[in-house]
Amino acid sequence: MFFFILKRLAQSVLVMAIVSAVSFSLFNFVGDPVNNMVGQDATREQRVEIRQQLGLDDPILTQYTRFLGNMLQGDFGLSYRIKRPVDELILERLPATLELVFVSAIIALAVGITLGIYTGIRRKSWTSRAILSVSLVGVSLPTFIIGIALIYIFAVNLRWLPSSGRSGTLDFGWWKTSLLTIDGWRAIILPAITLSLFQLTLILRLVRAEMLEVMQTDFIKFARARGLSERAINFRHALRNTLVPVITIIGLNIGGLIAFSVITETVFQWPGTGLMFIQAVDFVDVPIMAAYLVFVALLFVIINLIVDILYFVVDPRIRLGD
Amino acid sequence: MTELLQIKGLDVEFPTRRGTVRAARGVNLVVRPGEVLGLVGESGAGKSTIGNAIIDLLESPGRVSAGSILFQGEELRGQDDTQMRRIRGDRIGMIFQDPQTSLNPLMTVGAQLVETIEKTTDLSGGQADARAIELLEQVGITEAKARLKAYPHQFSGGMRQRVVIALALAGDPDLIIADEPTTALDVSIQAQILDLIKRLCRERDLGVIIVTHDIGVIANIADRVAVMYRGEVVETGEVAQILGAPEHEYTRSLIAAVPRADVKLERFSSVDYIEGGTKPFQRIDVQTHWLGQARKERGGGRAIEVDRLNLSFVLQGAVLKRNRKMLQAVNNVSFTVAEGETFGLVGESGSGKSTVARLIAGLYRPDAGQIRVVGQDVTTNPRSAEAKEARRALQMIFQDPYSSLNARMRVLDIVAEPIRFYKLTDSEAETRRIVGDLLDHVGLGSAAALRYPHEFSGGQRQRISIARALASRPRILICDEPTSALDVSVQATILNLLKDLQKELGLTMLFISHDLPVVRQMCDRIAVMRHGQICEVSETEALFSAPSHDYSRHLLDLMPRMDLLRGTQS
Amino acid sequence: MNTDRPMTRWERFKDNDILWSFLHSPGAMVAAAITLFAILACAFAPLLAPFDPFDPAQISLWDGKLPPAWVEGGQSQYLLGTDNQGRDMLSTILYGGRLSIIVGLAAVCLGMVLGVSLGVISGYVGGVTDAVIMRIADVQLTIPGILLAILINGIGRAFLPLELREEFAIYVVIIAIGLTDWPQFARVARGATLVETNKEYVQAARIIGLPGWLIMLRHILPNTLRPVLVIATIGLALAIIAEATLSFLGQGIPPTTPSLGTLIRVGNEYLFSGLWWITFFPAIALVVLVFAVNLLGDWMRDALNPKLR
Repeated sequence: MFFFILKRLAQSVLVMAIVSAVSFSLFNFVGDPVNNMVGQDATREQRVEIRQQLGLDDPILTQYTRFLGNMLQGDFGLSYRIKRPVDELILERLPATLELVFVSAIIALAVGITLGIYTGIRRKSWTSRAILSVSLVGVSLPTFIIGIALIYIFAVNLRWLPSSGRSGTLDFGWWKTSLLTIDGWRAIILPAITLSLFQLTLILRLVRAEMLEVMQTDFIKFARARGLSERAINFRHALRNTLVPVITIIGLNIGGLIAFSVITETVFQWPGTGLMFIQAVDFVDVPIMAAYLVFVALLFVIINLIVDILYFVVDPRIRLGD
Repeated sequence: MTELLQIKGLDVEFPTRRGTVRAARGVNLVVRPGEVLGLVGESGAGKSTIGNAIIDLLESPGRVSAGSILFQGEELRGQDDTQMRRIRGDRIGMIFQDPQTSLNPLMTVGAQLVETIEKTTDLSGGQADARAIELLEQVGITEAKARLKAYPHQFSGGMRQRVVIALALAGDPDLIIADEPTTALDVSIQAQILDLIKRLCRERDLGVIIVTHDIGVIANIADRVAVMYRGEVVETGEVAQILGAPEHEYTRSLIAAVPRADVKLERFSSVDYIEGGTKPFQRIDVQTHWLGQARKERGGGRAIEVDRLNLSFVLQGAVLKRNRKMLQAVNNVSFTVAEGETFGLVGESGSGKSTVARLIAGLYRPDAGQIRVVGQDVTTNPRSAEAKEARRALQMIFQDPYSSLNARMRVLDIVAEPIRFYKLTDSEAETRRIVGDLLDHVGLGSAAALRYPHEFSGGQRQRISIARALASRPRILICDEPTSALDVSVQATILNLLKDLQKELGLTMLFISHDLPVVRQMCDRIAVMRHGQICEVSETEALFSAPSHDYSRHLLDLMPRMDLLRGTQS
Repeated sequence: MNTDRPMTRWERFKDNDILWSFLHSPGAMVAAAITLFAILACAFAPLLAPFDPFDPAQISLWDGKLPPAWVEGGQSQYLLGTDNQGRDMLSTILYGGRLSIIVGLAAVCLGMVLGVSLGVISGYVGGVTDAVIMRIADVQLTIPGILLAILINGIGRAFLPLELREEFAIYVVIIAIGLTDWPQFARVARGATLVETNKEYVQAARIIGLPGWLIMLRHILPNTLRPVLVIATIGLALAIIAEATLSFLGQGIPPTTPSLGTLIRVGNEYLFSGLWWITFFPAIALVVLVFAVNLLGDWMRDALNPKLR
């Protein structure tokens, strides 16, 4: 167990090293950092001074080490556009994104897994077929179209819910939550559904596919031959064996939610990190792009690590060795 | 005496897009308490279908279309799933072929046992636990109490099959259906499991149906036997009578095809009832043919010399060398094969015999040691032109007829590949003619050239493999379990073909097998392998009459008793 | 199937299980029909479209923001209405769909060629090569595709001088999506290669003495194509969505030569003022196109999976 996790940790460090190298090279190769700091019409002396201040004349390895050191302290410098420290900007907007992802994940997992099991067990029923057909439509709907459609129906026509922004936030020091007021929930409900729908259909289809796969195995046939009840076979034998792949899916799914939060936040003008990232890309605001990249990779590495540990809990073959 | 199970006129159908396949036709069977009925037949005979039909677990879309299944006087056919569930496990137990996949990997053995006990009996809680321990002890698992908490992957194959048997016994059934229960196991384990089943049958007055392709299993365990051929039971009777004096033509062919362990025969007696076996084919005159031209080079030298060969595999990687778990697959193996000889390598699975074959063929590189093929060292500098040229003299025939041919290539292109690659002919027309001749010669007919592998049966595919090997005009043929995936009657024809080819072309053969009777029929000399080492090398007849090594003696003891067959074969 | 005469190619084709499954799956046939229709309609857009949306002579701002023909205020020559610049919606959708399909296909091809080559080499050669290639793929898979596409696309644009950005936008998008796609293909191709390499026909080819590249090309590659085909179909749907998403975010195809995503982005600005058709029709076109491709991919996955057959 200990060595297993240690090995995974080493891999995670490798991933982070590569990602940080990529984001470091963003600084060096995308645009001219000096131009970004002082503008086009600075004098030559000013430029040289800035170059020295930034340490741009040092050997590349020194620069990278300095970058790594700063990164570990959460320091990504100033945003070119807003001229504020990037870590401050991210921390400010993080609660909005995390709450959105959290609510979406709950919706996607609860509905997706339930329907996946249902369609996996009741393979031939009419409802299952209907759910599957609808789910294929769900996979085909780009997130931004779902968002636009929901806004048009519930905000523009019915005027039930707000079309954009986050409201009803309560302040708890550095964390602003919108999950404690009715206004806050009214604002989060449309973006959360938008974000969850695609992942929900993916989870549904994958859980069903795994159920069908397990149903083909010999040990299910042997369980049948022992006269065990359908209930025992479905839940005790089949479902448990789908857990390992399903955990993988959930890990990927949460990653997907973070990625697609960029789009959802844009559609709903949700003041999270995704919206900030897309604006940064528009203006080639490298410090924010680089920081966001590192931040997302870190989240993913953490999720993957949790998934690996869950494997351990679920599968005795990994836990006890072969 | 009352019958436990009586099957009358059973028909099983599988509707497919190419018409309905009738997997069982008018099958009549009777099983009595306390006896083992062997259901024997080759692949596709419908023997497993019968077992599945009895407990109503036919694979979709199969269905019973006619007949009756009377179990203890009760008609099973037409019972719904709820009613059948009370019979499965409670009154009829089932044992499947592969113990690796029959158990739920995520549940402890104890949990699976208790679950089944609670379903099939009134016991629960501590009583069920006690019963589970009792069952494990009955199937010969020691320290049963501790092993309840173990997961299936912590048991060896043979032990897992014992757990499967314990599970089948949990409901104290009156009938056990065992579908190829020992096929996935090693010879030494096979005997133990068969003994266990037989003992349980006698002690508990159980009826047992044992479904198998292996006449040896039947001879060892069955009281009565039913022989199946293409969905029909062609002959039923006492084991001694069926094996000793079979009446039906098919049974006679089948038994004649079983390799004999007691005496070496020149050829397998001709067997009818074999796919493609009746097809006439032209054999070419090898002396004047392209195929025979390479023969001139041959002298009486040494074909293969293996000197202190070593190879280890990494079982579990680690950064530090001392932490790696290694398996010494081949340990100081040395032997020499003379030109024109058939040399056998025998051992159980994991003995390293196939690894030696792959080392010689150049598929693996040895850690240490030297291999010389027709006098040329091929290990020191394997990429040199000389080494490559020497290796060309050597071809291999593999075990699995399904994966040894590229499904996306026509037979013509498969067989012609070495001819084209080495430009062994002057023109494409000549290549095609030679491929046709080769296919004729191995008994497929030249028309096979334009077909794809999936259109052929296992035995026919093995003939294609042989034709491909011959197309390089080899001097040495390595046969790695060439017939162990085939039915016994097909095995006989393929072995006959190999014998003929060897004689005609003066080939040297390295023959790898776990099957001692087969090896006895094929080889001049035999090396017995165990744990990567060679135990002894002897002349075939010397090995079988007076083995010098303990392990050889042990292997010989495990050979199925075939005394019952003697009457028919001589 | 052991008649004495070998089957002709046509008979073999008719006998094919996959064709049979296709002809017995209404969903797959409908999907294929829609996909084919969409591809043809977009390929022949210049012939089919009533207007050329790129020809300023045919565009009049006076005809801007007209609703579809059947709605009050609509004009019959503009079946699906016009956009804010007075371009005919039907024509822009046909041209836009063409662009979306071209970008999707090109991106998938790029990802497939790159991924399959690397995957097959990785699986066959093994060792350090394998470790390096697959580690890179793993790291890339750590970051969700769409984010990476946005990033690569953003960097690509930043490298281009301003005046060339619009002109080369389409290539940047193709490369961005293609580069994001390859690890999927590499993983599948590597997995299939590992399975095939262990099969005895590959060992037979090695014993014959064929060189590695020939074994990979002639023996392994054809046998890995089935799973790759499934991934490619689903990948096409995802690539079309990815392009639309990039364009919707304003990072992809510029409004001068709009793709479906660009059209939706532009239309979205007018949604609140009730001009629903500028968004609605391109969105429907996009969803139907992606749905058809997905349906095809779904059927293909089942048909090519021997376990479920």
